[in-house]
Amino acid sequence: MDLILQIVAAAMSSGTPLLFAVLGGILIERSGIIQLGAEGIMLMGAVTAALLYLHTGSLAAALPAVLAVSAALGLLHAFLTVTLRVNQIVSGLAMTLFGSGLSAFLGRAIAGQPMPGAVPKLDMPVLDGVPVIGVLVAHLDVLTWLSFALVIALHLYIYRTSWGLHLRALGDSPPTADVMGIPVTAFRYGCVIAGTMLIGLGGADLLLVFSPAWIEDMTAGRGWIAVALIIFARWNPLRALLCAYFFGALDALGFRIQLIGSSIPSYFLKMIPYAVTILVLMYLGWRNRGKPSGSPESLGVPYIREQRL
Amino acid sequence: MNGKAAAAGMDGDAGSARRRPAVPRLRFEFDPVRTGSPWWMPLAAVFAALAVCAVFIAAGGTDPLAVYKKMLTGAFGTRFGLTETLVKAIPLLLCGIGVSIAYRISFWNIGAEGQFLAGAMAATAVTIYMPDLPAVLALPLMTAAGIAAGGLWGLLTALPRAYFQVNELISSLMLNYIALLLLDYVVFGPWRDPGGLNFPGSPMFTADQSLPAFGSTRLHFGLVFALAAALLYAFTFRHTRWGYELRLIGANPEAARNAGISLNKHLLLVMLASGGLAGLAGMAEVSGVAHRLMYGISPGYGYTAIIVAWIARLHPVGLIVSAFLFGGLIVGGYSVQTLGLPSATSEMLQGAVLFFLIAGAAFGMIRIRRVR
Repeated sequence: MDLILQIVAAAMSSGTPLLFAVLGGILIERSGIIQLGAEGIMLMGAVTAALLYLHTGSLAAALPAVLAVSAALGLLHAFLTVTLRVNQIVSGLAMTLFGSGLSAFLGRAIAGQPMPGAVPKLDMPVLDGVPVIGVLVAHLDVLTWLSFALVIALHLYIYRTSWGLHLRALGDSPPTADVMGIPVTAFRYGCVIAGTMLIGLGGADLLLVFSPAWIEDMTAGRGWIAVALIIFARWNPLRALLCAYFFGALDALGFRIQLIGSSIPSYFLKMIPYAVTILVLMYLGWRNRGKPSGSPESLGVPYIREQRL
Repeated sequence: MNGKAAAAGMDGDAGSARRRPAVPRLRFEFDPVRTGSPWWMPLAAVFAALAVCAVFIAAGGTDPLAVYKKMLTGAFGTRFGLTETLVKAIPLLLCGIGVSIAYRISFWNIGAEGQFLAGAMAATAVTIYMPDLPAVLALPLMTAAGIAAGGLWGLLTALPRAYFQVNELISSLMLNYIALLLLDYVVFGPWRDPGGLNFPGSPMFTADQSLPAFGSTRLHFGLVFALAAALLYAFTFRHTRWGYELRLIGANPEAARNAGISLNKHLLLVMLASGGLAGLAGMAEVSGVAHRLMYGISPGYGYTAIIVAWIARLHPVGLIVSAFLFGGLIVGGYSVQTLGLPSATSEMLQGAVLFFLIAGAAFGMIRIRRVR
């Protein structure tokens, strides 16, 4: 029992950065735009948080800066894909390459400097008495609580408000949304920028909470795993929570097995999340063959009002 | 038309000269039919990227002009720099042709890095497990092993896509990380040179296991591989039936399917070729340059190759030119380390170039009209 609780706790802490990135990705893809730059955006978010936190020592300066930097990256992606209508896949690739290069460049002076305890924990002694759940949530940090709130907020937004209905219309059929009077371009800009801010926040969470020291390429493919998790979660925020924690658990599991002292070399244990990502996608493809995947129908197709359908 | 003019914020009564604005208003229209962009667009993209990165370099407290001058002289200014640039251009050209074949049919293979490492490891496996072969046997066997391993690593991306609709971007990238961990395992573990003072690398190759070099330079026989691959690539797409079918798939997959072309079969063949070329690059790198398998054998050749392919617009001659330029960028990136900058400087430049390149191509499709 204790072991299971430990694994769940570890899954939550390594799954939260993924959760932020998946939620951001869901918001962007629901509006019909593909965002493959998550890896570069998370790195930029992480390095911004590290630089600001080390120089000012305050979270109140670091988090807004992270949001501003990722909003700028989101604006760039939106301008390229919505206004200039470039290939969304290539724009995302460029963002990944640029983000990992720029973050390594900016972070060279602070590499490896530890910054523990950056994010305050919300201690709730009342919950300590509650069995099972109490142990898990009584001493969580602020960002994890924020991620819970975001899951609920996004779920309510997408499925329970008229704006959410507009968002889904936008992703499935932009001409229909346009006819309904929804401002397609402005709406897409908003979604891409807001979603990119969430992805950047995921990078900041990875740095400030999960492994508090900047290392070049510290995301190690988490941005790409987040892109895969969007498909896994079928563009649904509640499923995103489960999927992110599942992958967090895989991450934690490899580490646990190492601690027990098994004879499997650690390199193979570190491969688990990557291999499972491919296997899970294969399973989904096999199970959903001939059925809709739940993806927005106009995902990746630029909208040109003057074009014939 | 009137409705549109009104929507664009024009005066309703456009006919009266009195109310016409003094400055002619311009309107930007998107023309999806026009796909070409002028030949100088890639050059403009490179210069714009240099300008943007100059801002970041200056913000870091270094003089950007000094950095660029150092990069230029480091890569092209000396005899050593020039041969070193050519040495780096070999894997870039091979991987660049590899990904170009895949991009021709809109298959987004970003796994050249992993395929490169698979080829490098397979070639090294030959030297580890069959150490005493003569050069006539060792080199062909290593080449074959490298191509086969790269091709199989490519198939690991193509098979899930063909039969399980798995997004190839994600699977090929995941396989890059797996290949990298596998490399770390063999160089830190079973293949580590026992006499290497804990250096994470395999034992040095013998002369029989090394590709011949040109004269006393570090430039090796891999250059012939790369140029032959470029020729073969150009010939295949222009003059063979297979090339024609691939062009058809790239232009319109639905029409190709209706014409009786098996998309899955071509997908597997393309990835076999694409991965095989990257694997060959890996073999040439361990056998021609490093003469051993070691930790960090690739400074991201597979990722740079994506930009090389894109900047060349998948054209064979363009690929040769851009592989040479980006080889220079990698060498220049090393040479600025003496100024206290990380070699990631060149990585940052590469990403910026790609941004401006796609933006420039899109600007080519925008028509500017005067609105009256």
